[in-house]
Amino acid sequence: MVNGINLALQFLDSFAFIVLAAAGLAIIFGIMGVINLAHGEFILIGAYTATLAVTQLGLPLVVAMLVGGLVTGLFGIVTERVIISGAWPNYISQRTLGRDVIEPLYDRLADSMVATFGLSLILTQGARIRFGNSIDQIATPFGAISYGAFSYSTYRIVLAGVSIGLLLATYYLFTRTDFGMRARATIQDKETAQAMGVNTDRMYMLTFGFGSALAGLTGALFAPVISMQPTLGDQFLVEAFVAVVVGGPSVVLGTALSGGVLGAILATFSNLYGTFIGRIALLVAALIALRFLPDGITGFIEQLRQRRQESD
Amino acid sequence: MSRSPLSRRQFLGASGAALVTGLAGCSAGEGGTSTDTASSTDTLKIGVLEDQSGNFALVGDPKAKASMLAIEEINANGGIDGMQIETFQRDPQSDNQRYQELTRTAINEENVDALWAGYSSATREAIRPIIDRNEQLYFYTTQYEGGVCDEFTFAVGPTARQQLGIVLPYLVEEFGPDIYTIAADYNFGQLSADWVKVLANENDANVLGEEFIPLSESSFGSTINRIQEADPDFVMSMLVGANHTSFYEQKASAGLDIPIGTSTAMAQGYEHRRLDAPAMANIYAGVNYMEEVPTTSNTSDGGFVDRYYEMYPDAPYLNEEAETNYFSTYMYKKAVEQAGTTEQPEVIDALESGIELGTEEAPEAPEGDTISLDGATHHVDHHMWIMRADEEHNVEAVENRQIPETFLSETAGCNLPENPEQTQYTPVDYYEEAE
Repeated sequence: MVNGINLALQFLDSFAFIVLAAAGLAIIFGIMGVINLAHGEFILIGAYTATLAVTQLGLPLVVAMLVGGLVTGLFGIVTERVIISGAWPNYISQRTLGRDVIEPLYDRLADSMVATFGLSLILTQGARIRFGNSIDQIATPFGAISYGAFSYSTYRIVLAGVSIGLLLATYYLFTRTDFGMRARATIQDKETAQAMGVNTDRMYMLTFGFGSALAGLTGALFAPVISMQPTLGDQFLVEAFVAVVVGGPSVVLGTALSGGVLGAILATFSNLYGTFIGRIALLVAALIALRFLPDGITGFIEQLRQRRQESD
Repeated sequence: MSRSPLSRRQFLGASGAALVTGLAGCSAGEGGTSTDTASSTDTLKIGVLEDQSGNFALVGDPKAKASMLAIEEINANGGIDGMQIETFQRDPQSDNQRYQELTRTAINEENVDALWAGYSSATREAIRPIIDRNEQLYFYTTQYEGGVCDEFTFAVGPTARQQLGIVLPYLVEEFGPDIYTIAADYNFGQLSADWVKVLANENDANVLGEEFIPLSESSFGSTINRIQEADPDFVMSMLVGANHTSFYEQKASAGLDIPIGTSTAMAQGYEHRRLDAPAMANIYAGVNYMEEVPTTSNTSDGGFVDRYYEMYPDAPYLNEEAETNYFSTYMYKKAVEQAGTTEQPEVIDALESGIELGTEEAPEAPEGDTISLDGATHHVDHHMWIMRADEEHNVEAVENRQIPETFLSETAGCNLPENPEQTQYTPVDYYEEAE
């Protein structure tokens, strides 16, 4: 019974960690075909901004976290304009050289990775030079809940709730709002969307900004519970990339399902056999998924649906 | 026009390729500024390879700084036997491959007279074969698991037997005999956990359970549950690195309120300064040094702490290993003066004759006390302290005494002047309970 509660809480914990780690990456990769290797550093920006907003400006924690997400979102927009789409450099070069100097990195997998990998090195070292090898950390709010001989940090449970909320909000944003419809139209058929009056350039920018803001919010949410140093983004990368690979093409559903499946595996094996085996189980699960579900969970679901339609 | 969907194989292949290229690019670069390579009679050259970026930057940077402090002080006071010290200093970026390259450069191209290098035991073991092949005088200054009996290596930081040896008996006495061990999953953590078992046996205590945690792990929910399930009297923690720091905040927020003994927390990564109180409350560190060690030569006006911050006003902390870099530079100075040459075999002979340092050069020792290098084992009989953090993260000394390094001298029978070797002995070879 008590061990059941342990397991359930650990599942929530792993689920929240995987979903939050992957959300921003999944949107930017799934929607724009850009692999953002600076994903960990976007998380870093969110975490540092939130922490400094509390320790230096004295903002309340919740406000500081939103600021962390917002600042990272703005940084994402700047990144998109300068590096990914090259709109700003091209604007300048059109006026000076009379031609574009940067070709957008959309759907150029390897190129987008090299560019963002460079960005990640700059950001990590930049943070080290500006803020040193660590910054002071904020305490975890809410205390703990106790059951039997055990206790668990309430904040970790809140995180699980927040991750579900974020997934729902993202789903709503992309399926029920005007913005979402335009964004999806841009992804499916850029030229027709343009012909229908959608500013596709703006859509790319905003989607990248939204993905970045999610990464920043992840950093801000985890700021109280992880160690504040320039390489903190690295600890999210394994889970983030594995979740995107296992999730497949559908961004929200894929992230939710892979968070559920991988979270269950991680929690069960860590609970029964320790952290080390938990980590191995996670990677083995990713290998198996890659071998037998090459298009991820949502790709597999899509395949099933098509087969049923054909047989009807 | 619709775009073709990207397959995950493309995604993976491309990410893998980019990662490999990126890493290769990282390790091929050359950083820092070079000092004069020509050797002349009135200078000698010291190599200092300490991490100033990467996973161990936080703990490695104070080591580099303290080495430079000692070198500057010695140069300002006329050098070593009239010779000014030149330095070959680089940042190995917490990367063992880079350490190997830089160690080769230091030995073969820079011809350093003595080398200080490395934070982690994994690094030491990565470069020790190069050290031995080139018969290079080498100082390893991190606190470590112990057992290195090597004719060219002077492992002058405290060992697990010294660090755990002061803190574990104290905690058994104060809180009871049931211990739970958590340790980083590599050679240092594994061997330290073996030492906990050995020391538990010697002090009539029992290890209820142990868990080894990968260095990349930063979520400790299941570990905290496991500790609560075992219900020990205290925890022994040998967690290492930035990711593992999360444990202390997470156990505090989970309401796990238990005394913790450690050889790694606080003294190296100053968690009591970085984390909000009371995450580090009731943590007992067995150390030879941390900034708060209350000796006169350490804390008085113009003392070690003052001199360090005068040279590096923005430094965040003066840690355990920094003091070891500092005093070992003075140990080297004494040895060269005694040998009357920088020829390495003679300097090693001088070091093996047993060098003693007082509180001025080794601030860990209280006034009137000394620390001494044991020539037979190349280890130091340290003055050890138990430092405890309270609810507000104030740190106070609860116990201190000199503890000799007995594993190599008494148990393993390491006697390097008589019997030169390049071995690392482990407790498993000598104690049943460590198996």
